[in-house]
Amino acid sequence: MSATLPAGASDLAADAVVKRFANHVAVDGLSFSVARGSFFSILGPSGCGKTTLLRMIAGLIEPDAGDIAIGGRSMRGIAPNRRPVNMVFQQLALFPMMSVGENVEFGLARRGMKAAERRRRSEAMLERVGLAGAAGKRVDELSGGQRQRVAIARSLVLEPTLLLLDEPLGALDLKLREHMKIELKQLQAAFGTTFVYITHDQSEALVLSDRVGVMNRGRFEQVGTPQDLYYRPQTPFVAGFVGANNRIVGRAGASGDDGTIVVTTPAGWTIRGIPQGPLRPGDGVEAFVRPEAMSLARHPADLPAQQPRHAGVVESLLFDGANSAVLLHEATTQCALRIALPQTGRYADLKPQEHIAFSFDAALVSCFPERGARA
Amino acid sequence: MLDGAARARWQNRLLFALLLAPAVVWLGGLIVLPHVELAILSFRERVGPRHYVPSLAQYATFFTEPLYWHVFVRTAWLSIVATLLTLLVAFPIAWIIAKLLRGRAGTTLFMLCLIPFWVSETVRTLGWMILLRESGVLPALLVRLGITPVPVELLYHDATLLVGLVYTSMLFMLIPLVSSLESLDDSLIEAAYDLGANGVDVLRRIVIPHAAPGITAGCIIVFMLTLGNYLTPTLLGGKNSQWFTEQIYTQFITRFNWEEGAAFGFLLLGLSTAIVLVGLRLTGQSFGAVMRDSR
Repeated sequence: MSATLPAGASDLAADAVVKRFANHVAVDGLSFSVARGSFFSILGPSGCGKTTLLRMIAGLIEPDAGDIAIGGRSMRGIAPNRRPVNMVFQQLALFPMMSVGENVEFGLARRGMKAAERRRRSEAMLERVGLAGAAGKRVDELSGGQRQRVAIARSLVLEPTLLLLDEPLGALDLKLREHMKIELKQLQAAFGTTFVYITHDQSEALVLSDRVGVMNRGRFEQVGTPQDLYYRPQTPFVAGFVGANNRIVGRAGASGDDGTIVVTTPAGWTIRGIPQGPLRPGDGVEAFVRPEAMSLARHPADLPAQQPRHAGVVESLLFDGANSAVLLHEATTQCALRIALPQTGRYADLKPQEHIAFSFDAALVSCFPERGARA
Repeated sequence: MLDGAARARWQNRLLFALLLAPAVVWLGGLIVLPHVELAILSFRERVGPRHYVPSLAQYATFFTEPLYWHVFVRTAWLSIVATLLTLLVAFPIAWIIAKLLRGRAGTTLFMLCLIPFWVSETVRTLGWMILLRESGVLPALLVRLGITPVPVELLYHDATLLVGLVYTSMLFMLIPLVSSLESLDDSLIEAAYDLGANGVDVLRRIVIPHAAPGITAGCIIVFMLTLGNYLTPTLLGGKNSQWFTEQIYTQFITRFNWEEGAAFGFLLLGLSTAIVLVGLRLTGQSFGAVMRDSR
């Protein structure tokens, strides 16, 4: 989808962008584009280069090579104060020496707008983000969620082509973060501005985004919809990073007629899965299977008939309401696995050392050539 | 017999009093008492040997004698100029130390600013004299370079005096400025740029408002030190650049007129207090907030 977008419809296009620091490459030849009006997230572990990428888009640092175009216009050599981009900083960076209203008016004042018009627009914007009448307050009188909204209002009042958000929910506590996630999504839908959001929290990226780029070591491992990333990961990194996953390392065996191959762990456990890439017998394999793709049963006969059955021993039960899971190891090879409990509350009474049967569909096991083994 | 809690409270109070005692002795014995004595001195007049009457004559002399007046106003004016010059010179240095050179390089530069203060003010000022006097280094260099035909006397000008005062005061401006600039979050500056501000906007709207308590604290300290400086004006300004502290010295030591000297001392105290208060009012700062924020 992104590769075939016409230039006019993409608000952000990066072309082979490179940024090197003294001893490492932070961003390594990235190319991607973001469709107008969409919510794009860049998801990656800390140190993957996502903040560097965002700062290059904002113009706070210059790329060493490549080009970034915003709204179809190249941003090479354009200072941050002249770009049609605004940024919501990680620590929000509200100006403590100014009132809420002055914060929102700051950008408008820099454009030389008259005071009366500034006030009208900033008050209208504060009203849209649910802070009507807060213009006269000091920044430190606001709660965490309200500050968040001021930071967004301060940027959106300038009607940027692109709004950049640098992990803005990181500093909030869990309940507020969940709430602000929903609010951000609604704000983006209401304003229709293109959002580029960076985060290391895969749940934020999945919930909020239209499309997500999973970044690792300065490159995108995969760009796609949240569903793509979750159900059809293209690399072992994405499979391991997005959502919970069981990683089983082994060696490839014979291919079956149904398109599956046999994977044998060093300890001798044998499973089947779908190869994602060229795998010859004897190659190293990383197999991934989601916790919720596996079925549990106290009696093997209760498991789906067509699936190979395995025996396990419970190690511990992680009870977390709807996200509960059991940690167990395969009975003979000790291979550790995490299996989601059914939502019905069945098996919530499992005890450590209890023996249990489990199975999974080979079609839901993704087998990648082992990292490092790839050329 | 005291119970446990009352005993602990009594011990706490005793400890508090003991800890406070040196400060009280210092303030009371060395600051308050001498000032009370000087105040009494300044409000009396000698009418005969060992015969004094209460009078405002000392203060009247100050207002009727133009020399005292002129030196007083000059001292105030040059102190203000020296303070502003120190701020102008120190601000970029503080910015470099606090924002551009982090870690080792910043500490090194800060140390370089501190090193001159390891020697006494007298030695430092004498250093300036070696550089600037007619037979000194700089005039010789000017002749060598063909800029002046003969060595010129660079000492004993107001400009020389200002150079010396700024040099002496630098560190006291630098310390509060560096600490207030260090506490400025870089993301505020980036956010201002991001919202369309240019360098001047960032300085005016973000940096200066944030650093205001530090700037004010530095200015108060430097102004007080400059106004009360004796050594630098005497050595670098000489007879051409009279400083009010020299007048006080003359009254006490040369003329042995303690009454007049005490009156001058109080006038200087009043002057510095008045100018600091006006400065605070003009910049909209409160003294308490400045002292709190600049720590």
